[in-house]
Amino acid sequence: MVTYQASDGWDALGDRTRRAIVECLAERPQAVGELADALPVSRPAVSQHLKVLKDAGLVIERAAGTRRIYRLNPTGVAALRDQLDMFWSRALAAYKDAVEQPTQERS
Amino acid sequence: MTQAAATVIRRQIVVEAPIERAFTVFTERFGDFKPPEHNLLGVAIAETVFEPKVGGHLYDRGVDGSECRWARILSYEPPDRVVFSWDISPQWTIETEPDNTSEVEVRFVAETPQRTRVELEHRNIDRHGPGWQAVSDGVADDAGWPLYLARYAALFKAGG
Repeated sequence: MVTYQASDGWDALGDRTRRAIVECLAERPQAVGELADALPVSRPAVSQHLKVLKDAGLVIERAAGTRRIYRLNPTGVAALRDQLDMFWSRALAAYKDAVEQPTQERS
Repeated sequence: MTQAAATVIRRQIVVEAPIERAFTVFTERFGDFKPPEHNLLGVAIAETVFEPKVGGHLYDRGVDGSECRWARILSYEPPDRVVFSWDISPQWTIETEPDNTSEVEVRFVAETPQRTRVELEHRNIDRHGPGWQAVSDGVADDAGWPLYLARYAALFKAGG
């Protein structure tokens, strides 16, 4: 389908530095300066990368005083978590039934 | 909403069985209790195999002989602990890039000789994150993720 737009998106995360930024933000929300300190790139470079990630909907920002704090857009993470949570609830309930069945070896 | 809370799932359950049996049932009969819609094959699953060794896989074998290896066994320590990767992407396909996979640790703790507590932790869920991007790209940013995730959720609810 919309292959051109899709390839733009892959480009957003095809960049090693942007992947590193996403990984840093997965740990905790951070300001540009903190990211620049943690990564081998300049502060302006981090800002540029953050703009690309923000345009792609991967990160969101909010103002905290004079700083801007960036974090991953949690919508996708939370929804995926909910689905896996449901998966494990059902799996473990069925597991309990299986493990507590009378053992056939004894019959 | 805290980011950290969203990246880990912890569940525990107490079963009336000795620890050895609790471990054996979990690994040898995984296919008997996992929800049936957990199937990436195009056909019905004939069996689910949990290879009992580090480096092995957790895989489904279809009735036509096709296989789907959807987890790698990372630790295998009977009867106390097992860890496996979760190589299923948000697009409901096999994730081939290990950096984009999450992992599941299951610990077995004997509360009494006849009772075992099973603690499950599915962690690093955010590592699947980059995959969402590919799906949302084709649509407007605001509409992309919710739309896609609703479809993803529907896969779980479809049954069979």
